[in-house]
Amino acid sequence: MTKHNNIPKRNIVLELKDLHKSFGDNHVLNGFNLQLFQGESLVIMGKSGSGKSVMIKCLVGLLEADSGTISVMHNDITKLDQEALDILRADIGFLFQGSALYDSMTVRENLEFPLRRHTKKFGEHIDTEAMVLEALENVGLASAIDLMPSELSGGMKRRVALARTLILQPKIILYDEPTSGLDPITAKEIIILMQDIQKKYGTSSLIITHDVDCARVISDRMILLIDGIDYAVGNYSELSTSTDPKIKAFFKH
Amino acid sequence: MIKFSNIKAKINSFLIEIGELSFFTARFFRESIKRPFEFKELLRQCYNMGNRSLLLVGITGFIIGLVLTLQTRPTLMEFGAVSWMPSMVSISIVREIGPIITALVCAGRIGSGIGAELGSMRVTEQIDAMEVSGTNPFKYLVVTRVLAVTLMLPLLVIIGDVIAIFGSYLVENVKGNVSFMLYFNQVFDALEFGDVVPATIKSFFFGLAIGIVGCFKGYNCEKGTEGVGKAANSAVVFTSLLLFIIDFIAVFVTDIFYDL
Repeated sequence: MTKHNNIPKRNIVLELKDLHKSFGDNHVLNGFNLQLFQGESLVIMGKSGSGKSVMIKCLVGLLEADSGTISVMHNDITKLDQEALDILRADIGFLFQGSALYDSMTVRENLEFPLRRHTKKFGEHIDTEAMVLEALENVGLASAIDLMPSELSGGMKRRVALARTLILQPKIILYDEPTSGLDPITAKEIIILMQDIQKKYGTSSLIITHDVDCARVISDRMILLIDGIDYAVGNYSELSTSTDPKIKAFFKH
Repeated sequence: MIKFSNIKAKINSFLIEIGELSFFTARFFRESIKRPFEFKELLRQCYNMGNRSLLLVGITGFIIGLVLTLQTRPTLMEFGAVSWMPSMVSISIVREIGPIITALVCAGRIGSGIGAELGSMRVTEQIDAMEVSGTNPFKYLVVTRVLAVTLMLPLLVIIGDVIAIFGSYLVENVKGNVSFMLYFNQVFDALEFGDVVPATIKSFFFGLAIGIVGCFKGYNCEKGTEGVGKAANSAVVFTSLLLFIIDFIAVFVTDIFYDL
């Protein structure tokens, strides 16, 4: 089992300690640990059904963990009331696997929607139009502002979802399978976009994927989630050359 | 052979669902009085539900009025009581047929629509996305829809009643050469506050039931497209059953007041 403790001391923006989550008799997370540092890209890899999405949903309070600590920017989210959690959520962007665009709203309304509850963060007199345009320009889709989600391709939907995530100017972005269901070229474009955003805004990224190419290109560090625990932690080259059969299985092409 | 354990499991799951529905209803009342209020979305939902159901309710009401009059006319003629037609039709439509038929039509139109819409939003993680963005999805999606259908149903019932009575008048005009003034004078003579008020109050409860059940089924939809279909379908079935139960209770309570 590869475990690295020689990580340089940096500001931890997100930390999970001994996280447990079960659904009936199905123990999905059995003491999972994670630390995400400021400005870092951390990739979580695991097989389908290994609990990656459950973990990320516990992280933003969409699911309640059975036990363990979830600290986001030094706030234990399990102890926050709804109001405080909502305020903290403005600093956490979440890109959903299927984009999760509101299909009854236009692209513009999709982007305006998160702003309505976070006027405190930007002041009462925010220039919504300018913010929407800037977010769309960041993903190269300013021309799609008045389209409905049903008029967009899979790649465009993912870009708009990314723009919606960016509009609140989050400090941490959580990506749930950002390249799944996309063709290789579009997947590559999304990966480049994620890198550009990280450079431009200095965000910290937690990326859930089982796309090895995506992990290779984007990760500073990786965690392999196996049997509900953080089975192996390291960078891509360390993990990809591991002799552990469970780790090797991830990197076979 | 039906296994006892199967029946027990079904009863168990039914009771669990009733319990969850009760908690859902309690949450609706709790959230609906808490700030911030989603007035814009409430108005949008009122417009959508009222406007989209109006034609269906109108056509149904018109046909009910026609059919009721055509079916009853021969019997009333036999007893020489055809002049009682406006009274009979108006009281039966306003007290019972109008509210229940309109509610059943809206359960199919609005209830299944809410179930499918929220179910699809749940399955495609739109509800999660809303929550992550700091908006309370229960307040934005459930409270607005339940309030909208609760407010709109009594209006739709009144419109449906008027159109049904107009349909009845058309038959009477063609078959019995009864004038508009005479027919509607008799309608208003027959109707009392005691007919209109309980029916309107009952309609609010019908609307509440349609909204709550539709939202409950959609909001707690299981994963997958099959779950969305099940949510829409069970919303209609469960609401229809609930409407008859509410109707029975309403008639029972009204009857007590009439006796006082």
